Amino acid sequence: MSITPPSQKIWWNQPIDKIEAAWIGLALVWCLVLFLWMPYWHVFGKQNLSSESYKTTPAAFEKKTNEMISKYTVRKEVNGQMPVVAPPPGSNVYLAASKWAWNPILELKKGQSYRLHISSLDWQHGFSLQPVNMNLQILPGYETVITLTPTQTGEFGVVCNEFCGIGHHAMLGKIYVKD
Amino acid sequence: MAGNSFRQCPSSGLYFHRSAESLMKAHAVMAVVFFLIGGIFGLLVMLTRMPSVHLLSAEAFYMALSIHGTDILIFWIIFFEIAVLYFASSTLLRVRPAMPQLGWLGFILMLAGSVTTTLSFFRGNSSVMFTSYVPMPAEPIFYLGLILFAVGALVGCFLFLGTLVIAKREKTYEGSIPLVTFGALTACIIAILTIVMGAIILIPTLLWSMGYIAEIDPLVYRTIWWGLGHSSQQINVSAQVAIWYAIAAIVFGAKPMSEKVSRGAFLLYILFLQLASAHHLLVDPGLSTSWKVFNTSYAMYLAVLASMVHGLTVPGSIEVAQRKKGFTNGLFEWLRKAPWDNPVFSGMFLAMIIFGFIGGITGVVMGTEQINLIIHNTIFVPGHFHATVAVGTTLTFMAITYFLIPVLFRRELILPKLAKIQPYLFAGGMLMLILFMLGAGTLGVPRRHWDVSFSDAVMKFQFAGTAITMLGMAGVGGILAALGGAAYCLIAVGSLVFGKRLDDNASLFSSFGFPMAAPAYKVDQPDRLAMTPVESHGSEPHAAPGTFALALVFLATFVVYFFINAKYLSSLWHMS
Ligand SMILES: [Cu+2]
Repeated sequence: MSITPPSQKIWWNQPIDKIEAAWIGLALVWCLVLFLWMPYWHVFGKQNLSSESYKTTPAAFEKKTNEMISKYTVRKEVNGQMPVVAPPPGSNVYLAASKWAWNPILELKKGQSYRLHISSLDWQHGFSLQPVNMNLQILPGYETVITLTPTQTGEFGVVCNEFCGIGHHAMLGKIYVKD
Repeated sequence: MAGNSFRQCPSSGLYFHRSAESLMKAHAVMAVVFFLIGGIFGLLVMLTRMPSVHLLSAEAFYMALSIHGTDILIFWIIFFEIAVLYFASSTLLRVRPAMPQLGWLGFILMLAGSVTTTLSFFRGNSSVMFTSYVPMPAEPIFYLGLILFAVGALVGCFLFLGTLVIAKREKTYEGSIPLVTFGALTACIIAILTIVMGAIILIPTLLWSMGYIAEIDPLVYRTIWWGLGHSSQQINVSAQVAIWYAIAAIVFGAKPMSEKVSRGAFLLYILFLQLASAHHLLVDPGLSTSWKVFNTSYAMYLAVLASMVHGLTVPGSIEVAQRKKGFTNGLFEWLRKAPWDNPVFSGMFLAMIIFGFIGGITGVVMGTEQINLIIHNTIFVPGHFHATVAVGTTLTFMAITYFLIPVLFRRELILPKLAKIQPYLFAGGMLMLILFMLGAGTLGVPRRHWDVSFSDAVMKFQFAGTAITMLGMAGVGGILAALGGAAYCLIAVGSLVFGKRLDDNASLFSSFGFPMAAPAYKVDQPDRLAMTPVESHGSEPHAAPGTFALALVFLATFVVYFFINAKYLSSLWHMS
């Protein structure tokens, strides 16, 4: 029994039960499929997180964000408080997370690629693009860079999905995608 | 060996050394106390997440969520596990425990730590969740409590190893240690590695919160913290699988199909689970793709393989034992005729099914590098770990409690009718909670979020109506599960206080109120624990065809669900 010592001293030479052997084989094959799927998706899939990221500081990142905002702001929303930025396709786009806002609002073009840089100016945050449902971890001191190509038009919410203090539930940003 | 320091349970045949027995009792009782506290706050969290109720304020919600997570995931589970370690060493090997006085020191440290950390939550400035990600600060006493608790648990682990050494030296058993003790040893080794990880990160974090260290890198924190946070869940997996084998033996007299396979699977846990914690960092910056793929491939999948093996061998051993008793009609007579109104069995079997089918499959899917993009930090994640921990581990511990109350505490169970339905109530409620959480997470609903309607936000966003409905349904499931949890606390605590005291000769199984297998553990040679008689299962063809059929259903579900998620991933915006 399982709660008493094994019935044979040399238990490691006992033959393996047939169905156990068959199951181990099947399970191992499936685990290998799962493993190979990841490199496969890197080659053939269109949704891969790049490893491109840099050490940064909140001040340096804020500065670059503000430079982009002053260059490409097209209008202001939310009672004239929040800049809406429409950077040209292919350019570097900055999105700064801080308690408890995403700055600025972005306006992108469908089918065009952007180098999106995201970082936090204070605590950890979560970039969650909704309702697309794409989720990234955002850390202070680290600048994530992804080449992003929106495939739909419309108005998208950027929810923070990493707990970042008491105002966390109000931390909402926006991305517009136009044709 | 002083004969009078042991007590033999008249019906199970198990031997309890008096000093180990008191340690087991103390740890088990504290476990239930923290289950009760954590459970009450879990209910409050859920009642807040139900859109129609939205009970607590934001401050109180995040505090309640921090208490729920920490008191259940750490304090309830590890107190119980230390009790399991004393049982699997001292009782199963029938040996005196190593240094019981030191065991009490460990217990006091664990108690001091758990109380300190819980109190720090109530002070209101440490609502940092179970993960306590820097640079979000908690009060120093929050970290201090966790460190004290970990040191106490470490003492328990080393005493377990010490007890194994004594048993070996005093030759209290023949051959190798029992499989259940081997599983507990796996849990103990993983626990030691885990606690070391915890010390590496929590001690500097304590110093940081006190102002002695200027900064802790958030990525370094996350990487090491998950060596603690994820591996600690692997202690649970090892412990719960060990208990599954124990219950199979106790209720059915089952023996492992082959010792080699089951022990090999436990070994895989030790070798490959530590690095698998990398799957929490799949969408983090600063880590390379190859590092992520490497650590979630060989490491995770070999651990997954281990769980898939146990998933076959535990029910397989039950099937073999049942077929020996004559339940040989068709594929499933052995299962239909199992004692479904015995909560020791029903709790364990429900835990195993929900752990495997839901916890296991969702865990692998979200641990796949790219698919993690659609799951990370959504409410899918707590959906997953309520299947693994709240059902897998917690329900397993509940099931073995129904065995321990009469055997260890020598009390008759109160409310036996309620005990019969308790596993179904808890598992059913949890199942509903889990499925709707998984669904809402798939639609993007975030975890750890007070108000998904964003009523306080300056901008507007609305989740799909289905997602909001699902949160409400999850809450209904959660209320049922909370009733199941309350029933457990009532029966466990009530039996200890009001249950009829069983005298030393009373037969357990007549007083127990449920049909159970004949005394499982009959050895008439008190000085030395003999090997079980030789009867080989290995050569019998198709000894467990029903289990194999179930395993194939499981594999098919796994494959289908994985590719559904891959399809969903392919609909996302393009990214590279
Ligand atoms: Cu947040």
